[in-house]
Amino acid sequence: MSLYRDEGVVLRTQKLGEADRIITLLTRRHGRVRAVAKGVRRTTSRFGARLEPFMLVDVQLALGRSLDVVVQAETLAPYAGPLMGDYARYTAGTAMLETAERLTDEEREPAVQQYLLLVGGLRALAGGEHDPTLVLDAFLLRSLAVAGFAPSFAACAGCGVGGPHRFFSVPTGGMVCPGCRPPGSSAPSPESVRLLGALLTGAWDVADASAVGPRREASGLTAAFLAWHLERGLRSLRHVERV
Amino acid sequence: MYEGVVQDLIDELGRLPGVGPKGAQRIAFYLLAADPTDVRRLADVLVLVKDKVRFCATCGNVAEEEHCRICRDPRRDPAVLCVVEEPKDVVAIERTREYRGRYHVLGGAISPIDGIGPDDLRVRELMTRLADGAVRELILATDPNLEGEATATYLARLVKPMGLRVTRLASGLPVGGDLEYADEVTLGRAFEGRRLLDA
Repeated sequence: MSLYRDEGVVLRTQKLGEADRIITLLTRRHGRVRAVAKGVRRTTSRFGARLEPFMLVDVQLALGRSLDVVVQAETLAPYAGPLMGDYARYTAGTAMLETAERLTDEEREPAVQQYLLLVGGLRALAGGEHDPTLVLDAFLLRSLAVAGFAPSFAACAGCGVGGPHRFFSVPTGGMVCPGCRPPGSSAPSPESVRLLGALLTGAWDVADASAVGPRREASGLTAAFLAWHLERGLRSLRHVERV
Repeated sequence: MYEGVVQDLIDELGRLPGVGPKGAQRIAFYLLAADPTDVRRLADVLVLVKDKVRFCATCGNVAEEEHCRICRDPRRDPAVLCVVEEPKDVVAIERTREYRGRYHVLGGAISPIDGIGPDDLRVRELMTRLADGAVRELILATDPNLEGEATATYLARLVKPMGLRVTRLASGLPVGGDLEYADEVTLGRAFEGRRLLDA
């Protein structure tokens, strides 16, 4: 039995048989991994709450043919605790987990940046320093950037000419100049565009000071951008509780 | 591949949860070799269960009439309502013989990642039941996992303006377990919910 050890975030759990679960983890060194946790649904399970979604764990896994097997698990950060007690943070967090899962297509393909981004996002969400929807939108934009779909909120996404520009086009990749503007482009408010730029770069002072209207518009544009690149929307996004 | 009806039986059995192709084959050949009376009894029960069993119009539990046995029982306390995820949770709580109130079965837990939100559960029906003011205590007995806790949090917030006493089942160390194997979340909960020993 070949064993390996890694740290990872539990993305999803699915029931298997009488008392087992299939755990999907995003690990630091092995990318997305699916493993069986035996007997985890029993109240006397030694894994207990360690293998619930949002938990950051140090795991030892036995290599399997299609699914690995969880041998040991130790908690590194119990992010599930603060998130399950706050519905807005819980729904935002599940959208983050689903995004991380969807953007790591290949199993066992290392995705260190995506992993670090997710851990940072969950830490921010659990810490409660910022509004959960802002943390979620910042995570979604940066996840897309890590995956190679970075939106442009300053220079024109079509020809690269410096901004600010007025129009936003999802297929072109962000703000566009009048010359590159395709039919169907939207014209978001300058405050929303400033907020999107702040979320992408991590300018939290700008993001925290934003008003409700621009936040809603920025969330809508982020969701449209994400749906375009993922080819279908996130299931959890429509359940996210927004202000 | 087997011929005709044998393969049809294996295919149908293979669609059941937890039954794989090998298991389906084993059950099919067991049924072929079994006494015809036993097989007919099984077939009759399968048909009967689909014809007779429905969900209780009040609580959502499985019932053979419009209302389930518990909702029809006048001895059950109508002032206490226990919210559970599935009908099998009702059976688990009934086995304790500790609870004499009524139930409300949600039909699952909120799980956005699986596309299940509050509108997909029997939350609206719960709010309708609470509206007449007869219920004084709401016990949230959803599973002690992430989805169950989030569902309990959502419901507690939703019913807060009604001024009910809202309680959650205690979590902590399982009877018969070892303390050294307890995870941090469970042990933390056990400390939070520690009680005074009146020796």
